[in-house]
Amino acid sequence: MFKYFPHTQTDLDQMLETLKIKSIDELFVDVPKNVRFQREYDLPEAMSEVELRQYFKDIAKENRELVCFAGMGVYDHYVPSVIGSLISRQEFQTAYTPYQPEVAQGTLQYIFEFQSMIQTLTGMDTANASMYDGATASAEACFMAEAITRRNKILVSETVNPNVLATIRTYAHYKNLAVEIVPMKDGITDIESLGHQVTSDVAALVVQKPNFFGIIEGFEIAAGILHGNGSLLIENADISTLGVLKTPREDGADIAIGDCQSLGMPLAFGGPTVGYMATIKPYVRKLPGRICGLSKDVNDKRAFVLTLQAREQHIRREKANSNICSNQSLMALYVTIYLALMGPNGLKEVNELSYQGAHYLHDRLIATGKFKVRFERPFLKEFVLETLIPVELIQEVLLKEGYFGALPLVEFNEEYENLVSFAVTEKRTKAEIDKLVSILEGLSW
Amino acid sequence: MVNYDKLIFEISREGRIGYSLPKPFATEYTLNDVNPRHMRDETPKLPEVSELDVLRHYSNISQKNFGVETGFYPLGSCTMKYNPKINDEIAGNEAFRNIHPLQPASTVQGWMKIYDELQKALGELTGLSAFSLNPYAGAHGELAGLMIMKAYHEKRGDYKRTKVIVPDSAHGTNPASTAVCGMQVIEIKSNKHGRVDLESLKASLTDEVAGMMLTNPNTLGIFESDICEITKLVHSVGGLMYYDGANLNAILGKARPMDMGFDIMHINLHKTFSTPHGGGGPGSGPVGVIDKLVEFLPNPRIKQLDGHFYLEESLEAIGRVSMFFGNSLVWLRAYAYILTLGKENLAKIGDFATLNANYIKELLKTEYFLPITGPCMHECVFDGLIDVSTGVRTLDVAKRLLDYGMHAPTIYFPLLFHQSIMIEPTETESKQTLDHFVEVMLEIAREAKENPERLKQAPLTTPVGRIDEVFAAKKMILTYKDYLEYLTQ
Amino acid sequence: MSKLLDGLYYSESHEWVKVVEGNTVLIGITDFAQSQLGTVVFVDLPETGTKLVKDAEFGAVESVKAASDLFSPVDGTVIEVNEDLIGEPEKINEDAYEAWLLKVELDDLEALKDLLGKVDYAKLSE
Repeated sequence: MFKYFPHTQTDLDQMLETLKIKSIDELFVDVPKNVRFQREYDLPEAMSEVELRQYFKDIAKENRELVCFAGMGVYDHYVPSVIGSLISRQEFQTAYTPYQPEVAQGTLQYIFEFQSMIQTLTGMDTANASMYDGATASAEACFMAEAITRRNKILVSETVNPNVLATIRTYAHYKNLAVEIVPMKDGITDIESLGHQVTSDVAALVVQKPNFFGIIEGFEIAAGILHGNGSLLIENADISTLGVLKTPREDGADIAIGDCQSLGMPLAFGGPTVGYMATIKPYVRKLPGRICGLSKDVNDKRAFVLTLQAREQHIRREKANSNICSNQSLMALYVTIYLALMGPNGLKEVNELSYQGAHYLHDRLIATGKFKVRFERPFLKEFVLETLIPVELIQEVLLKEGYFGALPLVEFNEEYENLVSFAVTEKRTKAEIDKLVSILEGLSW
Repeated sequence: MVNYDKLIFEISREGRIGYSLPKPFATEYTLNDVNPRHMRDETPKLPEVSELDVLRHYSNISQKNFGVETGFYPLGSCTMKYNPKINDEIAGNEAFRNIHPLQPASTVQGWMKIYDELQKALGELTGLSAFSLNPYAGAHGELAGLMIMKAYHEKRGDYKRTKVIVPDSAHGTNPASTAVCGMQVIEIKSNKHGRVDLESLKASLTDEVAGMMLTNPNTLGIFESDICEITKLVHSVGGLMYYDGANLNAILGKARPMDMGFDIMHINLHKTFSTPHGGGGPGSGPVGVIDKLVEFLPNPRIKQLDGHFYLEESLEAIGRVSMFFGNSLVWLRAYAYILTLGKENLAKIGDFATLNANYIKELLKTEYFLPITGPCMHECVFDGLIDVSTGVRTLDVAKRLLDYGMHAPTIYFPLLFHQSIMIEPTETESKQTLDHFVEVMLEIAREAKENPERLKQAPLTTPVGRIDEVFAAKKMILTYKDYLEYLTQ
Repeated sequence: MSKLLDGLYYSESHEWVKVVEGNTVLIGITDFAQSQLGTVVFVDLPETGTKLVKDAEFGAVESVKAASDLFSPVDGTVIEVNEDLIGEPEKINEDAYEAWLLKVELDDLEALKDLLGKVDYAKLSE
């Protein structure tokens, strides 16, 4: 017997009798003999729970938890304890996609609340029930722009995170969309260049806020240029910062997308997080993935249900806007609970504290004389400096002290030599920042 | 409290908070210094609630959900097996959670080891050479797999191969992924036994075929007994075979996709390997390939040299399909599951899953129409009630099951039949649970004859009754803002 | 049994064409098509001035469980769109032959002969 198989010998005997067979194997008559798997799997024998715990504990020791001053898409924000308690409820965690809405109102309601929260943060009209992550959401937004404009070229600003760009490139290549980079100038999208690049085949421009260098870019001019050409603006925004920053809607975006990791999710080696996607009313039917709508039941009681499903793969098959099926539903619940706890004030405070910490670190690093400002631009919780110290040395020394930060940008683009990136969240204490500065200050080479 | 019916926004009171944050220490800096042109005009309309408000609110709405621990969940094609608790515990380890994805390889050897060991275990279970764990879900794995298919042909300079053969019984994601990958679908018919029609397949084979996607057992729960012939035919015209791993659970211990002739596949860790579905994700959709296709697996990759793991980005790869490495906390659960079962129990999954499905099939076929006879694999498909005179349809049966405290099977899929009921019990259900389910299904069949009207009104005991989907689609109330506007109309 | 009207032209993709006067026709979907779809919740139609090409896609109708592309039964130019259907697409279910979708100026009136008559279409939608 085994704990996940409830079949007793008596059960088995009775079931075989019902089926009028001698052994279970007779049910596999359709599996040709020559493809039958005849040996044992080359895998370990079953582990008891005691052994299993120890096994993973030992592997976990080979990871190092570090004081995190890194960002680039994943931020070490505070995760309230309430989230873990609620999301582990089996009713949320083990349910399937809410295809039987009468017994899935819990899931459907939080999706509705999630969509509502994404709506108010982005200022757009409607959001979907979630995407895999910010990078794939960006790629899907490009497809959406293609469907809306019936054009096949995508512009991407150089100030977009290179992993997001790489994901867009992959998706675009296989769907036969062209991708062209709009260069960066002084840390922001080069508007003059954009003006030349916006041709009649351009479906959209993808931008990011705050951008890859942490800079808060304004996009009103870009939006004007694009819209004048019948093209769309796709804005990838760190949803947490939208608690204070201008919304994608105010920027003139047609599609807002991004990752929600900064809203209540652990670093977790980068996943699972959850992507969001929001748009304006006229484009709602072009949104990929699931959407929850408010309705009523037969007794006129308020109820929620998946709606506009005729866009989706299970109905439209090869004509669907997207192939997405399972998304990151439970992670959308993380976001919903986080935003409920934080509210408008908490989210503002998170941004204020991160802003303060980041600027405090920035100014102290400059004061060491070993870092220089490259871009004179406003930033929030993440910034880039030019370093006079060899980047490999910084990493090495910080790691020795259990710190992680000063990510070298040259790993993404050789033109970014000597540039390093720092991120500071509300979790970083004054002592940690001072320590980081003193480690770097004391460096000689 | 199943009658609790508030939205989080409706219990909001201005000034109430549910958080505590560290005290500021660098107050000489303030967001007010940022040029107002960068700041939003209006405060976002998020709820203002206390911590206890949040706990009660979400605890209450959770009670309106049906989970695997609530009761029997025979949702066909979704493999709603028990999601072991120990797996959650292991995924909760801080030494896995507090790790930034961009940390240097030397500080994430544990994560990389998990990645490597899990992908190797999946390789052993399927026969394929290597897996990338980067795809986030089944459909995402499909897309990555089709990209690999296309990349393989493109690298050989064979650009005319843009057609993908998909049986008419396939999941919607197969044709949708094909289209998203910039290729065209050739749909082929199923024969009267619910299997791929070989003549139809032969007729579609040309030098433009990039490959074929197949689920085996297929979506009717039937093993494609001609599988060797099918893979041989597709290979003979230069196409690749793609295995949709949605139904992998059925063949564990019995057969491996590679041995059947498949070249590429994805696995739904949230089906076969017991990770929770989460109400629709996060899942995980590892994509695996045979030797000659390993070079095309997505970036980034995790490699090993002299016992040390490192990251690799390859130009031959299809590229990057995710921000980082995928749904890592899901891998931990799946790997814990594999190690808990061990080789001896993994080999029995197919047996028990198949036995359970056949047992249900045998006991329901007196009242429910069985369009395809012969043994099924891990799931069985009926085409509604045999007695159609009552006017009771599959939808009514499904809704009535909810009243009996069971989740409904998958309905109206596969599309081959008009009244499909697709039942997948999984290996974690006991004979007693199956007997009870059968009893209820037969009782519903009786009710259909005696009191069809009541069935058409079911469910009667759930938190809400049948929902007006036309109202939802027409009014398009998709956010709280929409709702407030609707109320003032 | 779905409803069919005399004097209309029908296409295999379940659209109907009715001559109003001269080269001007109305286009809609058949009663059979609406009955297969269920309650229509959305109609996606081209703008006035759009050129229609026979057998090419020109829009879509959607119910909660299905979506169906619309294929033009004729070559011509859209001169009017039935705006009433935007707010009340369910009118198609009430009377599929009253709820026309587009008014179209045909390129060639003679081409209507290639479409099906009532009897032939009835066989198709049995």
